[in-house]
Amino acid sequence: MSKQINVALIGNPNTGKTSVFNALTGLNQKVGNYPGITVDKKQGICKLSRGVKAHILDLPGTYSLNASSLDENVVIELLLNKNDKDYPDVAIIVSDVENLKRNLLLFTQIKDLKIPTILVINMSDLMNRKGISLDIELLEAKLHTKIALVSTRKNNGIQELKQLIENYKTISKETCLDTSSIDTAYFESLQKAFPNQDVYKLWLVITQDANFGKITRQELDISKFKTKSNQELKRLQQKEAIKRYQFINSILKEGQTIDRSKATGLRSKLDRLLIHKVWGYVIFFWILLTIFQAIYDWATVPMDLIDTTFASLAEWVKNTFPNGGMVTDLVAEGIVSGIGGIVIFIPQIAFLFLFISILEESGYMSRVVFLMDRIMRRFGLSGKSLVPLISGTACAIPAVMATRNIENWKERLITILVVPFTTCSARLPVYLIIIALVIPEGSIIGLSYQALTLMALYLLGFGMAIFSAYILDRVLRTRHKTFFVVEMPNYKLPLLKNVIITVIEKTKTFVFEAGKIILAISIILWVLASYGPGDKFNNAEAYIEPTTQTSYERNDQIAAFKLEHSYIGIIGKTIEPLIKPLGYDWKVGIGLVASFAAREVFVGTLATIYSVGSANEGENIDTIKNKMQNETYADGTKVFTLASGISLLLFYAFAMQCMSTLAIVKRETKSWKWPILQLIGMTAIAYICALIAFQFLK
Amino acid sequence: MHLTIADLKKGEKGTITDSSSEDIPLKLLEMGCLPGNTVHLLQLAPFADPMYLNVNDSFLAIRKETAALIIIKKIDE
Repeated sequence: MSKQINVALIGNPNTGKTSVFNALTGLNQKVGNYPGITVDKKQGICKLSRGVKAHILDLPGTYSLNASSLDENVVIELLLNKNDKDYPDVAIIVSDVENLKRNLLLFTQIKDLKIPTILVINMSDLMNRKGISLDIELLEAKLHTKIALVSTRKNNGIQELKQLIENYKTISKETCLDTSSIDTAYFESLQKAFPNQDVYKLWLVITQDANFGKITRQELDISKFKTKSNQELKRLQQKEAIKRYQFINSILKEGQTIDRSKATGLRSKLDRLLIHKVWGYVIFFWILLTIFQAIYDWATVPMDLIDTTFASLAEWVKNTFPNGGMVTDLVAEGIVSGIGGIVIFIPQIAFLFLFISILEESGYMSRVVFLMDRIMRRFGLSGKSLVPLISGTACAIPAVMATRNIENWKERLITILVVPFTTCSARLPVYLIIIALVIPEGSIIGLSYQALTLMALYLLGFGMAIFSAYILDRVLRTRHKTFFVVEMPNYKLPLLKNVIITVIEKTKTFVFEAGKIILAISIILWVLASYGPGDKFNNAEAYIEPTTQTSYERNDQIAAFKLEHSYIGIIGKTIEPLIKPLGYDWKVGIGLVASFAAREVFVGTLATIYSVGSANEGENIDTIKNKMQNETYADGTKVFTLASGISLLLFYAFAMQCMSTLAIVKRETKSWKWPILQLIGMTAIAYICALIAFQFLK
Repeated sequence: MHLTIADLKKGEKGTITDSSSEDIPLKLLEMGCLPGNTVHLLQLAPFADPMYLNVNDSFLAIRKETAALIIIKKIDE
């Protein structure tokens, strides 16, 4: 066994815990999942001297050992389970020099679990400016710990911290508080019932059970021992908090002096502007506009590049691999274009997370939550729902994941359920082609009809999300109480390193998590479109008469004929009666079915159906457009009219057509009930709206 | 009638006298909303909700309904 020290990095949110983690591990980190839940598990390796390595686990930020969210629960579960392979040899508590008092609450709790603990005081470079001075020796002695003064911004103190980790065995395991003084009689009886267990640990297990839910991976059965009501337990927890603060205040009185006159007014100056009743909103919407501009404008350059690269790669595979083989087709049409369909979203997702992480790092995001909470609450949402709803315009998958910090279950559930209504980037290619097809060119006061239609579709998505939240808020009955506490952190300049690491990490998660599913479904679709039963599919050449057309045109016609009689064509024909009232024929039906992999597949599928051969999105959009424009029913009426176009736009705006989103909703809500409700509910709304639109307009 | 945080006006301060209501989230107590600590109401969102406070050196925002559960004594300056 090589010598490896297990280190758990723990701390309040907004203390720069992640910066310390990044400073210790560099890019030597990976993100995984805790089994059964989708809380990110960030771990990394830190090399110490003499070949010793430290395995560093960056635990989710928490204010105390009493969890109120899934993320926080991870911390408790680990610290209460000595058998966990990640159980720390040493804990590092990261605190912020300006918030030492509150940060020490968590510190004393961890100490009382008898885990050797190092206290990191981060942002120590600000001490002079803020007029704070600390008596480190005294604090170390009174808190029975070692302290590292760190500044991740100035890159100070990391070496000293590494040395402390290496010598963790010298750190005292002495507790801070005599926890049994919380309720002497009760703690005594607890100890009597479980003589081999640490009594504070028992207390945490019991209160956790009352607060948040059962601790799943612990070896104690405390159910027989719940002799106090939840109300009594809560009173004792309040007493515990008071006792801890008494202890902390008595130490800080000696060990910390703050010269308040030196406090700079940056926070209040910025707050006065950024959460101003008028300017606050103006600035926020201006920031939103910039983000949209970036996602739609700046991202198009790399996206076009990716698009053409993958198209030529598929072409290259076709020309280089053995001709006409099944493997060649699978690689070129199934796998390469499948991967292309994932990679194409990287620029947008990266831009989105670039902005989100800058807004979060700077402390601005909490101000947005503050500004929007009242408005969002009217619709059963929380101020914290705003970030997911904005993220939803890139992709619903990270957006659903971003709901985790909403403590109130009902608000979180409603947010998850309505997020897929926001216009995700996969709808964009579909919108673009249909708008080009059915909305006339021309403009009003300098704004083109087509651009206005696109904007209307985005607003429609948001509007529907808010409207259905309002309905769900009245329909859903839950026992959960409202719960809203938001810390308003100090403003700070985002650290470039943190921002970049976040962007890389989130993009990687998207590529591998969502990518797997998209790729699998692309392959299935390819199989369904490439095979069919019976002679008409397998012998298509014989059915197309070799008349006057060129061989190129003839090949296209054969391909279209084959598709009609492939498995997916049969599916399209089967659902035709159902979608006829909406104004679609079976070919559009195939596109709808294919959209379940990812909506943007629609355009590519139509390209194949309307026999544009190897057409791909973008460069050949005009050819697809022309073909679609000329597409008629047997009686000569056009398939794509204003009526059927609007109907199709509405259908795409509202329908739940994304398997990956359903999968992630299932994981986040731990039940099939909600994704199924989403699938049926959203698709029904889409169907009805599309039906009404078509019947009225035709 | 007791005075609560929800009764404070922008810029006013109070000392918490009781925060034992069952409906106050534990997290709030742990952030320092405990008897004896000073609350300073810094700013209000439109409709006076949520409220932006400084308690026990922590800066936080809570909803008015929660603020109305924390009983205080006003500090006149």
